[in-house]
Amino acid sequence: MLDSRRRADNRALLVEESEPRALELRIPEAPARPGEPVDFSKLNLSDPGAVRRPEVDAPAESMRDLAYSLIRVLDDKGEAVGPWAPEVPVATLKAGLRAMMLTRAYDDRMYRAQRQGKTSFYIKCTGEEAIAVAQALALDGGDMCFPSYRQQGLLIARNYPLLKMMGQVYSNTLDPLKGRQMPIMYSSREYGFFTVSGNLGTQIIQAVGWAMGSALRGDTKIAASWIGDGTTAEGDFHYALTFASVYRAPVILNVVNNQWAISSFQGIAGGDQAPFAARGVGYGLPSLRVDGNDFLAVYAATQWAAQRARSNHGATLIELFTYRAEGHSTSDDPTRYRAADEASKWPLGDPILRLKQYLIKRGEWTEEQHEAQQNEVTQEVRTVQREAEASGVHGANNTHSPKTMFEDVFKEMDWRLRRQRQEAGF
Amino acid sequence: MPTMNMIQAVNSAMSVMLARDPNVVVFGEDVGYFGGVFRATEGLQKTYGKTRCFDTPIAEGGIVGAAIGMSAYGMRPVVEIQFADYIYPAFDQIVSEAARIRYRSAGEFSVPMTIRTPYGGGIFGGQTHSQSPEGLFTHVAGLKVVVPSTPYDAKGLLISAIEDDDPVIFLEPKRLYTGPFEGHTEGAVKPWSVHPASEVPEDHYRIPLGQASVVREGEDVTVLAYGTMVHVALAAARDSGINAEVIDLRTLVPLDIETIVRSVNKTGRCVVVHEATRTSGYGAELTTLVQQQCFFDLEAPIERVTGYDIPYPHAFEWQYFPGPARVAEALRRSLAG
Repeated sequence: MLDSRRRADNRALLVEESEPRALELRIPEAPARPGEPVDFSKLNLSDPGAVRRPEVDAPAESMRDLAYSLIRVLDDKGEAVGPWAPEVPVATLKAGLRAMMLTRAYDDRMYRAQRQGKTSFYIKCTGEEAIAVAQALALDGGDMCFPSYRQQGLLIARNYPLLKMMGQVYSNTLDPLKGRQMPIMYSSREYGFFTVSGNLGTQIIQAVGWAMGSALRGDTKIAASWIGDGTTAEGDFHYALTFASVYRAPVILNVVNNQWAISSFQGIAGGDQAPFAARGVGYGLPSLRVDGNDFLAVYAATQWAAQRARSNHGATLIELFTYRAEGHSTSDDPTRYRAADEASKWPLGDPILRLKQYLIKRGEWTEEQHEAQQNEVTQEVRTVQREAEASGVHGANNTHSPKTMFEDVFKEMDWRLRRQRQEAGF
Repeated sequence: MPTMNMIQAVNSAMSVMLARDPNVVVFGEDVGYFGGVFRATEGLQKTYGKTRCFDTPIAEGGIVGAAIGMSAYGMRPVVEIQFADYIYPAFDQIVSEAARIRYRSAGEFSVPMTIRTPYGGGIFGGQTHSQSPEGLFTHVAGLKVVVPSTPYDAKGLLISAIEDDDPVIFLEPKRLYTGPFEGHTEGAVKPWSVHPASEVPEDHYRIPLGQASVVREGEDVTVLAYGTMVHVALAAARDSGINAEVIDLRTLVPLDIETIVRSVNKTGRCVVVHEATRTSGYGAELTTLVQQQCFFDLEAPIERVTGYDIPYPHAFEWQYFPGPARVAEALRRSLAG
């Protein structure tokens, strides 16, 4: 009785001071929609070279600031500046440039093939090439990658045959996956490329599990995984951060923040409240925020995280800050939800042009060499495409035998599948 | 009366309910400004404001969990899961929570939520954009499961689902969004405008949950189907010249058992059709019910035409899909039985 009277009195007091306010729900708004001026004013960008580089064995709690700044190496003039400027052999840089150019040429041809009805679907990674390519080169060949659907650059940088990639895209007899998966959902155990799911985020905790296995068995290999900004909202991301932190797993967890998850800008995943890298801070993980269009910065951060993992200091979360220059996929039309000139106004530029500028500045590359290489990769893609199409395109019945669709459901087919295969006429 | 395809009909149902009931809110991935990847929520944010129709983080468990919480507050959320294949992260919230909250609170709390989700194959979506998971949900006590097959039904059923005080899984056959697909993969694609069920009133109307529809009357064999397979079954009956009665179940839970029994008792034969995999599929439930309730009238074993027990294979979509030829074969087997 006494209690309830006191509560009532308290409430009366509060009401006198201020009327209770109607609550309001915040619905985040994208900075610019079609027809509106591009607005990148809220991007939190550090100057090139301005961010410190901790030792690879420094405790996570000593570097929380790195989640809120942006590691950049290449400046606007094409110079590599600051403590993150990596020591990379020129041959590696040239290999990276070529792999990025080949990836872009491959994407352009396959996109066009989809528009010509030769494949059912395609996803480009235009503008994001530095991420997969530089990371593939900073990792060891035996390290295991658990990618999303936009890291075709991993396979290309690891010299996986383009012919097999195209076979997969065309679902023809060259397809190593026997027509079972949608285009671009590659898989190659041999090249350390885990089968792409198509469902979002599932792979990131699996990468942690792979790394735990490697550590349990005393191996030397590490794992890496990639998800997008939007996918950080899935529970799998939380599982991954928790397990990676608890078991200090040798894994690199990458969030590719390309600003858009189909039509949802990164604020719909909470990226406008705190950087995605900062998600790692709460788990006690070292967390880096990196210019994803800066080949050298991506390479340096990945090398740092790989060294840390290899020396049993555990996992690193890396947010790769970039821009999805094209639609989500061939099923998407970004002109319906974002300003058309956003890509061209992205303040961190294009990864291929920036690395090219750096190499020219260093005297290791020329405009003429670049043009020749552009022609060469375009020609390579065309030649391989002709060869791939000789084995058929999607919908032309040049597939593996439909009989094979009953295989690999289990290691051994049970009676139901044998009977169903018979029913289907095989 | 306006002509609508199934996307427009679904959109119209949500629009009507947003206008009528301030407790209705629509949310999901890409549904706000963009209007959904299949355009089902196009214009709703513009018309009703961004607090009535909005984008969510990519977190299906979060979407459904939040909808349950809003339901507990007293709202009536209509959420979209972008593809049925993406619904599994929400499975715990649906199965352990939404389905049981009325029961475990002895009616104190309820979940008047509708989960809309495109399902089924036919668009070369491979294993992550083609599944038919209805059997996973019909198996759960406390969930209603609805599958429309025409624009007219889609609107009336969706309004009933939204008005229903229990959780409803509303499965939209994505291959039927733009036309009455019969399973013939050659030839021109038929649009909804040539089909009478594309005449959809602008206003509010209901099709009650739990009422099947006899879409083709016949004497010799009963076909039980829902969603895309209704049109496939109709094509099979037409192509084969068999005098089949085709029943569109429309609601799997609650099921209109009377209409089924009446028909099978008349024809004495039954073919059950679904696109989902076979083992433990909803067809197994239908087969058992018909066997138990029509046993003395059955003249042949009940036939099942289903997807095979394999993941949906991208390149072999049409070898997997139980098209009209396979349904017609089952009709002939039933008549011969």
